[in-house]
Amino acid sequence: MKFVTVSGPPSSGKTAVILQAIKALQQQHMLVGVVKFDCLATEDDQVYAKHGIPVRTGLAGPLCPDHYFVSNIEECLEWGRSRKLDMLISESAGLCNRCSPHIEKITAVCVIDNLSGIGTPKKIGPMLKTADIVVITKGDIVSQAEREVFASRVAQVNSAALIMHINGITGQGAYELSTILNAGAAPDHLQEMGLRYSMPSALCSYCLGEKRIGKKYQLGNVRKIQLDDPHGDTP
Amino acid sequence: MKQTEIFILPGRELYRQLPEIADFFSSFDLDLSESDSGVDALLDSLSAQQMERLGMSRIQFRSALIDYVSGVEQLSVDEERIHSISIRGGRDKSGCAEDVDIELVPGQIVSIVGPTGSGKSRLLGDIEWVAQGDTPTGRTILINQDVPDPKWRFSTRHKLVAQLSQNMNFVMDLSVEEFIRIHGESRFVPNLEVKIEQVLSQANALAGEPFEATTHITALSGGQSRALMIADIAILSSSPVVLIDEIENAGIERKKALELLVRKEKIVLIATHDPILALLGEQRLVLRNGGIARVIQTSSAERANLVELERLDRILLQLRQRIRSGETLDSLDLP
Repeated sequence: MKFVTVSGPPSSGKTAVILQAIKALQQQHMLVGVVKFDCLATEDDQVYAKHGIPVRTGLAGPLCPDHYFVSNIEECLEWGRSRKLDMLISESAGLCNRCSPHIEKITAVCVIDNLSGIGTPKKIGPMLKTADIVVITKGDIVSQAEREVFASRVAQVNSAALIMHINGITGQGAYELSTILNAGAAPDHLQEMGLRYSMPSALCSYCLGEKRIGKKYQLGNVRKIQLDDPHGDTP
Repeated sequence: MKQTEIFILPGRELYRQLPEIADFFSSFDLDLSESDSGVDALLDSLSAQQMERLGMSRIQFRSALIDYVSGVEQLSVDEERIHSISIRGGRDKSGCAEDVDIELVPGQIVSIVGPTGSGKSRLLGDIEWVAQGDTPTGRTILINQDVPDPKWRFSTRHKLVAQLSQNMNFVMDLSVEEFIRIHGESRFVPNLEVKIEQVLSQANALAGEPFEATTHITALSGGQSRALMIADIAILSSSPVVLIDEIENAGIERKKALELLVRKEKIVLIATHDPILALLGEQRLVLRNGGIARVIQTSSAERANLVELERLDRILLQLRQRIRSGETLDSLDLP
């Protein structure tokens, strides 16, 4: 069973791109399933189910979604295998742009959209910078020049990635993506494999449920903003 | 530049030898332009917090820099000229063979017609992906009558097709001049000042109503936007093929727009059902059931009729102008 991790900021079109890619994979007679990781609530599982795609949802709830991802992904692979899938795709929203679900040697896709602004590629962290394939969506509604500028900004932070333009509505470009996903790795297991980028060095009192504001409640790994930084005032 | 040099040359010297490197560092909020130490020394000096802000490990950062430098160096290699793009037929959705072998050459206009779902997008997709019998249609695309280099499929900087459609809008918050500049810079275009001037004057020549370099692109009218997009594609885009998905007949000189693209040696594909645009093409590809069902050469009778169609079009434009200026059409006063 092949395995692919898909990440991307909220509303960038991850689900639409995955659906279109699966449609193309199904035409090649592949059984593809999805595990959707989200924070609080998602309706995307219904979207997949409506298309007859085997799907499981994991809601991180009070936990950090990326920690939740990494401590569950092995079991998800087991689930995919038990369903006799030819390919399992994990979909996770990049919520604070700090982390990335991408795993070494496993095909990693990041989905971002042209409307998010040209500063965005710089702001998105490891999920974009360590991806193998960057899918850019919503190209049908912005100008050619803006598409080119946006893609070049992506290439600046991740020049090794294959950059693809996909229309999530018509599916243009999705067939091409499916051929690349199909050429990806089919790991026997994930045991001992590493994330491409480390998780945050967290664990402060707020991680443990503290809600009150004030120095005396801040325990553990706490870091302070440098407000007296002389360079802080320069725009 | 040698790989070892990238990491040990003083920042100042690195910027001098390869000015484009500033873009790479600035996308990580780093600036080495005044620095006497090199990249490795800089990485050594970063605290754990600062490293974290890079969003990648030291090894990943180093390999990203190597990739970037080799990407920039490839840009200066002369671009291969495209003399022709050939479409070798595959099959339609029912599996029937597509009996076509079409050669597109720069400066040519080809219309693509057919209802929604007839396979127009897939045809374009095949060209863009330089299909080698490996897409659902089984078509083969050749460049200069040869199997194309994979860069046409995988490189961001070598895109075969530039697209323009009715639905496209500008979304960046920039003035016209800033916009053209940022596009040119992203492609490392030489003589950028001259190019900016050219794009601006061509766009104004195409637009019904003129606009300034200082106008914000989001404030342009539909016709002005389309005019700027076309002038920009003609002058700044490196893609040899331009696909136009209908252009409305308002606020833009469509014929001049096509002439500009043709003059800039683009292969122009127009998906349109507008008779004037369709007849401006030398041939029309008729799509049906996912395949090219027929290739119609524009006949001399059609060309003669084009003159009459353009006359009708001018009349409609005049009527439009009268409506715009607040007149009534109680009497049409047709010539």
